[in-house]
Amino acid sequence: MTHTTLPFAPADAPRLEILKDAGMLTLRMTGVWRKDIPLPDPRPVRDALAATPPPATLRFDAAGVTAWDSLFLTFCRAVLALAGERRVEADLSGLPAGAASLLDLASKVPERQGAARKTRHAPFLERMGDLGLAVSQAVVNLFDFVGDVTLACLALLRGKAVFQRSGLVALMYQASVEALPIVSLISLLVGLILAFVGAIQLSQFGAQIYVSTIVGIAMVRVMGAIMTGIIMAGRTGAAYAAELGTMQVNEEIDALRTFGFSPTQFLVLPRMIALVLMMPLLCIYADLMGILGGFIVGVFMLHINPVQYLTHTWQSVPLANFWIGLVHSTVFGILVAMAGCYRGMRCGRSALGVGQATTSAVVTSILAIIIATAIITVACNIIGV
Amino acid sequence: MEASTSAAAPAEQPAIRVENLTMAYGDFVIMRDLNFTVNRGDVFIIMGGSGCGKSTLLRVLVGLKEPAKGKILYREGSLWDSEPEKRDVILRRTGILYQSGALFSSMTLAENIGLPLSQYTRLKPKEIRELASLKLALVGLAGFEDFYPSEISGGMCKRAGLARAMALDPDILFFDEPSAGLDPVSAHLLDELILELRDSLRATFVVVTHELASIFAIGNNSVFLNVETRTMSASGDPKELLAHTTDPNLRHFLTRGEE
Ligand SMILES: Nc1ncnc2c1ncn2[C@@H]1O[C@H](COP(=O)(O)OP(=O)(O)O)[C@@H](O)[C@H]1O
Ligand SMILES: [Mg+2]
Repeated sequence: MTHTTLPFAPADAPRLEILKDAGMLTLRMTGVWRKDIPLPDPRPVRDALAATPPPATLRFDAAGVTAWDSLFLTFCRAVLALAGERRVEADLSGLPAGAASLLDLASKVPERQGAARKTRHAPFLERMGDLGLAVSQAVVNLFDFVGDVTLACLALLRGKAVFQRSGLVALMYQASVEALPIVSLISLLVGLILAFVGAIQLSQFGAQIYVSTIVGIAMVRVMGAIMTGIIMAGRTGAAYAAELGTMQVNEEIDALRTFGFSPTQFLVLPRMIALVLMMPLLCIYADLMGILGGFIVGVFMLHINPVQYLTHTWQSVPLANFWIGLVHSTVFGILVAMAGCYRGMRCGRSALGVGQATTSAVVTSILAIIIATAIITVACNIIGV
Repeated sequence: MEASTSAAAPAEQPAIRVENLTMAYGDFVIMRDLNFTVNRGDVFIIMGGSGCGKSTLLRVLVGLKEPAKGKILYREGSLWDSEPEKRDVILRRTGILYQSGALFSSMTLAENIGLPLSQYTRLKPKEIRELASLKLALVGLAGFEDFYPSEISGGMCKRAGLARAMALDPDILFFDEPSAGLDPVSAHLLDELILELRDSLRATFVVVTHELASIFAIGNNSVFLNVETRTMSASGDPKELLAHTTDPNLRHFLTRGEE
């Protein structure tokens, strides 16, 4: 900013004169001291205060200050702090009355010792150590949560779990009926895609009918479960994290605790139940929609007889695949509900915290779904189904 | 917070004048026919029972909610009849302390206070930081610059909210139940702070409160919103209202129902 762009004539600019007189340092201030005009350079004041011998007293002469606001106060405050360091006595009587009393007020409550944070750059080893501690703390927290949830499930089995039954119905509705449109669309499209990819290869051998096998096995064994799992992670898992996170921010979870409710039983358990019950149903529905997608390609593009397509699907897909799919989706239901609730319960008390909880709930659930799929697939291979 | 030794503004022009104000949510009229004047340097109290529309009146005064009818006149002109740019200029001179503090939870206290400064001034980050420390020191929170709102107590949040309201050195400060949720000692200190700021800044304060102690200690002007008649029943110095009023609701309110 140059002087010519200032809205004030130079005569109005804040000016500082330093007068030294027999141990007395006088700061003569004139002009307008406001946020819209840059302050004068404070360095000469520092030098004058640091001179040897140091001045005995510091005086202000602000009779020429025509207007001021809190920027003026920050300047005076900085000067007073310097004077304090040099043990120079300060005399505020020359300041405007309001300014002097505000400066008094600002120094009335002393700065709390140890309150100020130091933002320093920690050395590499310390940061790695902190990271290690954070990871181990996260593992402990996770086991804590899983333990809590297990206890809550045991309480449920003994019929002692406390939560709102009416809330459970609403949660089940949200996790099933409300998810149907998106599940329909996505599984239908996945079925179509699988059929297309298969059709190109199989029609080279004249084996189009095996499209029904590919689509059937892929959908029923894993794809139906994975697609519903991922949809529910984005839809419901994220919603759980945001709901519980907001409750954490509003101290609603603390309120539950003080009433003697276990938040795990009251909030986490119904969400787990809802997802564990509804995910397999959604998965069966997704299987059927996927097969319908394959059926559309088979009948309308490959001109397979509709009845033949369906009977071939029925005959060539072993029933074991269906059960494997259900195992997948039940496990996914547990994982998505746990990830959403865990992130929500551990949410930081701020708007930012809720956002982070939601994001990490989705990331965690999708990661968990993929890892669980790998484990189940390997396990199925070992036992040979 | 602006002082001028060569004040050119005519001193006795009121800070805010409210004329025939009616407020409503949809068809549901909250308060009608409000008329009162807030003078410069006043600590003006908005009194009334819970749910009578005090917060709503505050929202109307600071431009967050449009009135159903009537005018709000600041020194620069009518708030709701001005173009948006002019309304911004008027509102730039006001600061608000919300009922819940409403600090931005993802920012430290210094960042909370610095936000309006970095938006509306061309100060350097270091100067903004110094201004933020000054405001925090004024409300007794020196040294808490780098704390997040979730790390300080409710009363401290209130005071930090006050520091943020003062960020732009406003002429008029609006407080919504500043002492709600504070212990009596903190509430008393807040009252003293308000008086001290009023004297040193020559700022005007509009305070919603139903703390009788505060009302009599700091208020020199007030309006009483009567929840039964859905309009104001009196306006003036609360001590004189107590001495002279004939309105049973107001008497009831000012004597805590003991008369
Ligand atoms: N957003 C809103 N929509 C409809 N009615 C509201 C809304 N906010 C407040 N009200 C109603 O307006 C009335 C006054 O509310 P408020 O101004 O918050 O009262 P208080 O005096 O306690 O601050 C209450 O009856 C409340 O129900
Ligand atoms: Mg209110």
